[in-house]
Order: sequence, then C-alpha cells, then structure tokens
Amino acid sequence: MSVAKKFLYVNRKAPYGTIYALESLEVVLIGAAFDQNVSLAFLDDGVFQLAKGQDTKGLGVKNFSPTFRALGDYGVTKLYVEKESLAERGLTEDDLMPVTYEDENDGFAEKPSLIFVDRAELARVMRDQDVVLSF
Amino acid sequence: MAYTVNGTTVEHDEEGYLTDLNEWNEDIALEIAKAQNLEMNEERWEVVNFLRNYYDEYQVAPAIRVLTKALAKTMGPEKGNNKYLYELFPYGPAKQACMIAGLPKPTGCV
Repeated sequence: MSVAKKFLYVNRKAPYGTIYALESLEVVLIGAAFDQNVSLAFLDDGVFQLAKGQDTKGLGVKNFSPTFRALGDYGVTKLYVEKESLAERGLTEDDLMPVTYEDENDGFAEKPSLIFVDRAELARVMRDQDVVLSF
Repeated sequence: MAYTVNGTTVEHDEEGYLTDLNEWNEDIALEIAKAQNLEMNEERWEVVNFLRNYYDEYQVAPAIRVLTKALAKTMGPEKGNNKYLYELFPYGPAKQACMIAGLPKPTGCV
C-alpha cells in the first residue's frame, strides 16, 4: 500500500452554469473513497457553492449542495473558505450552509467542517499539500 | 433496455440502473431484484430503504465504506459490516442495493 497523499481540491467557480463544481465534487468523493487525505478550498465564485438555500428548479439541473453535508461520512472534514472572496461578494459566514462532521476520536461529537481563512493562510494550506487540483 | 412492471416499461442503462430515478416504486424494485436473482426480504428492504433515505438527504449514493459506517451507526455493528451486506447482496452491496433502490451507481464504484 502506498502512503496516503494530501489532496486539496480548489473550487473557484459558481455551482451551476458550468460542470466544474459538480465534477470537482465527484472527484472528491472518488478520492476520499480510496482513502486519500482530502480537503477542499472555496475561493472566488466558488464560495457560492456553499450558499444556503440553493434552489435549482428553474435551471432544471440537480441541486447537489446537500452532498457537501455527506463529506464528513467520507472522512473529508476540512473545507477551507477564503474570507476575502466572501467579503468581495457581499457574503458573510451566515450566508453559507452549515457543514459538520462527527469526530470519531471525540465520542462522535459534531464539529464544523468549514474553516474560514484569509488569503495568506490559504496560501500556506496550499503549500502544505502533495497535490492541488483546481476546478 | 427496460424493465416491464405491471404492463408499463421503465428504462434502464446497460448495467440495469434506472434512467430516471423518479420512476422508482416498490414493484420496480422487486423486478430489478429478480433480474439480479435476488429475492427481497426484510433485511434487503432495510438496506434499500436506508439507501433511499440517504440519497434523499444527501443527493448521493454512498460508497460501500460510507454505507457500512452509516448502517453501523443507525442499526448497530451486526448490520453495518461487510460480511452481512455481501451475504445480502453478493455482487456488491453498494452496487446491487443501489440498483434495486433506483439510485445511480455509487460514485467511485467500478
């Protein structure tokens, strides 16, 4: 067995209109199912992927935002959100849906998965990865 | 390709997964199970219904590892383990049970 690598999936595009966001999520689920160390970053219009109350009825496409809440089951517990990207779009942390995971090492306590970081911190997170994939 | 249930046809893909998951009902589930040489019993329904609820909530068909973990949590370790699930669904619980539940093939399943 090879050692698990650290993968960061960087999401920079709005959830609908292009296929990038959905494809990224699919790859994340595949990577996590193969026991890799997976985390996600949301910046630029990518922060809209985590917006509360998404409704895609008018678009005629699947609303895949609930799937982010399943990531904890896949062992994906770190979703970095860039603060500057939120601010530039007039969004606050309260405009995003809550995403949590259950910490197996802490009596299955429910903990938040969203980690709000500024641009400099996110750069450090990226530097710390083995693989960075941008969508 | 299609299943025929009570005189109506329901489209499926080359592997047997429903083309439109909104067309699912319990009679179709029985038909899919028959095509898989499986007889539905209480234990199999339990897993199928669990998967449908999971999909309803998260819009994703869980990978096997996730399914066993989630089952263990809600129904106990005697049901949330590979041996139990493979006895119920010998060709892969996530794969076969998802098919019977009318869900897409789990992401990451080959």
